Amino acid sequence: MFKIVHREEMAQGTIVLNEIEAPRIAGKAKPGQFVILQVNETGERIPLTMADVDPEKGTITIIYMIVGKSTTLFGNMDVGQEYYAVIGPLGKATHLEKKGKVVCVGGGTGIAVLHPIARGLKEVGNEVITILGSRNKDLLILEDKMAKASDTLHICTDDGSQGHHGFVTDVLKDVLAKEDISLVVAIGPVPMMKFVSMITKEKNVETLVSLNPIMVDGTGMCGGCRVTVGGETKFACVDGPEFDGHNVDYDELSKRLQAYQSEEKFSMDNCQCK
Amino acid sequence: MGFYLEDVMAEKKVKKEKTPRAIMPEQAPDVRNRNFEEVPLGLTPEMAQLEAARCLQCKKPACVEGCPVSVNIPGFIHKIVDGDFAGAASTLWEKNALPAVCGRVCPQEIQCEGRCIVGKKGQPVAIGHLERFAADYARESGEATLPVVAEKTGKKVAVVGSGPSGLTVAGDLILKGHDVTIFEAFHKTGGVLVYGIPEFRLPKDIVGSEVSTLEQLGVKIETNNVVGTTVTVDELLEEGYDAVYVGVGAGLPRFMNLPGENLIGVFSANEYLTRTNLMKAYLFPEYDTPVAKGKNVVVLGAGNVAMDSARTAKRLGADSVKIVYRRSREEMPARAEELHHAEEEGIEFVLLTNPVQFFGNDNGRLTGMECLKMELGEPDESGRRRPLPIKGSEYKVDCDLVVVSVGAKANPLLTNATPEIGLNPWGNIVADPATGKTTKKGVWAGGDIVTGMATVILAMGAGREAADSIHDYLTLGW
Repeated sequence: MFKIVHREEMAQGTIVLNEIEAPRIAGKAKPGQFVILQVNETGERIPLTMADVDPEKGTITIIYMIVGKSTTLFGNMDVGQEYYAVIGPLGKATHLEKKGKVVCVGGGTGIAVLHPIARGLKEVGNEVITILGSRNKDLLILEDKMAKASDTLHICTDDGSQGHHGFVTDVLKDVLAKEDISLVVAIGPVPMMKFVSMITKEKNVETLVSLNPIMVDGTGMCGGCRVTVGGETKFACVDGPEFDGHNVDYDELSKRLQAYQSEEKFSMDNCQCK
Repeated sequence: MGFYLEDVMAEKKVKKEKTPRAIMPEQAPDVRNRNFEEVPLGLTPEMAQLEAARCLQCKKPACVEGCPVSVNIPGFIHKIVDGDFAGAASTLWEKNALPAVCGRVCPQEIQCEGRCIVGKKGQPVAIGHLERFAADYARESGEATLPVVAEKTGKKVAVVGSGPSGLTVAGDLILKGHDVTIFEAFHKTGGVLVYGIPEFRLPKDIVGSEVSTLEQLGVKIETNNVVGTTVTVDELLEEGYDAVYVGVGAGLPRFMNLPGENLIGVFSANEYLTRTNLMKAYLFPEYDTPVAKGKNVVVLGAGNVAMDSARTAKRLGADSVKIVYRRSREEMPARAEELHHAEEEGIEFVLLTNPVQFFGNDNGRLTGMECLKMELGEPDESGRRRPLPIKGSEYKVDCDLVVVSVGAKANPLLTNATPEIGLNPWGNIVADPATGKTTKKGVWAGGDIVTGMATVILAMGAGREAADSIHDYLTLGW
């Protein structure tokens, strides 16, 4: 079970793709849903939103950035090796409906999560305008796939090495000024989602964001993934992971993501896995 | 003559001096509150035989009536008296798939031991200690013989959840000749026995061994399967299962909706214990999952889970651990032994006190909380005196970790996917109390998902009744 059948490195090896055998999950998963993976018996449970599924092959695809011990251990696994545990599909699927013109904004590995959603939005008849951001052109992922899933594709890099020199929010403002947009989907680092939501709120454009707080079980059992949305506490694992971007308390989310910062650093510093 | 009289006197005196109830040897409180090893060390064979001899072997044993799974208590105790310890375990297994667990976590004082005739005038027979002794002996010696499995019926049963009720159903139905597969959402089997109850109260090797006994009997286990999403109850029925038992527990923590509850450092007991027990965060960094280690810890609530959380915090290195509870000592719902152990280990009980709000620093980390003193008023609907706030009694408590342990609700993941399973207004599954039958044909439910948060043994009792009903259904019809 949970054997890696395909592995790819992206963004100069900082981001890794794993296609994993998980027939039961692949038969069920829909865009926007996530899985929880555990590399071995002593490993942590890591939630990752699926980048793709292939029900016929019985596989799911995850794309992750190597940031700590767990993702390093994930990245060290070769084709043929198996994850100890994969559970899912978890969380609510993205509600895909025809809205008209929609904008998909992605940053970092959020682009991987955004891809099936953009593809789904296009399939149901939306015009999809995509804006992708990364630090530089070498760190950008899935450009070709996103181009296929979109009617228009904008690239932004912090250093100007490709496309617009600057942030996704600059391009978003332009698009919102020129076009009549009925939905924005933003998936990426918390500050990106926060600033996208600030801009779209001014224009009163419906905005969906996908959150990835710290989780343990992913089934609503522990409440570790609590987020405040519209003044109410929600569990991202079962009430999300997608929420109305205008109502998310991003500052609280950012802080809660730092809860185990020192333990994470300790783990990474003392890991023989590098 | 004189000698003769003296002899009679002496004999009478001996008869009057009854054997006192065995005292379970334990790790010393100031040692054990720094480690995760089991607190009680178990009776020696000599102690067990001496204790077993205290049993009156009643013709109509009240203790059996007090046991939710009707263990033949005088029967297994008699075998201990005879020195047939493996035989005692076999007797236990006839009615109880998890004797090593029950001997450790049952609230015996309100069940078997609470009804023991010896206990009317003195201390009751230590039935729990004896059950644990026999089960441990069987496991460690490997001598006890497994019960005989009936001829295969060709019927398939899916058991959802591998906690105490699911394991009981699986154990009962495999013996009756049905094919049984357990579906478990986590990567390890045992449910609350592995994620909730700490190692120092119930070593996980023991749970593992009880589960492996079921596997030896032929029970199949599929872990990492979240029924409700990975597969639904309807799909299990379509896949060819003739009956489905739902024993998924109370998997949705209650919070108190107080200001500051989402600060880093405020945890549900579920999260705190799951990290520590299931993910073995107490062994971090050997295991990768961390858990917050507080210096000043407050646990809100006074049930068994609250005691487990408090004692865990102490073992993880807390200087001070307080139980904050809004009612008085008398109303604390935890088992007597848990309260006793917690107090021995230096847990402070702050009674008639309720939390009001939590305070944090700029990094969103918990620094303290505000509490309010309470007094007891008239009895409420639960029959317990209602705690009422004392105006103006607010005060601040410094703390860097709070564990909210005020119960858990029904997790809707499975039932949302199968709306034909009827629910009560709180989201618990409606099941016939005598049979466990739900409103959906072919589906039974029991344990915390039906009753709300209760005990291991009550979940097992519900499992026993459902297993009987499922067997009737598979052999006779709905």
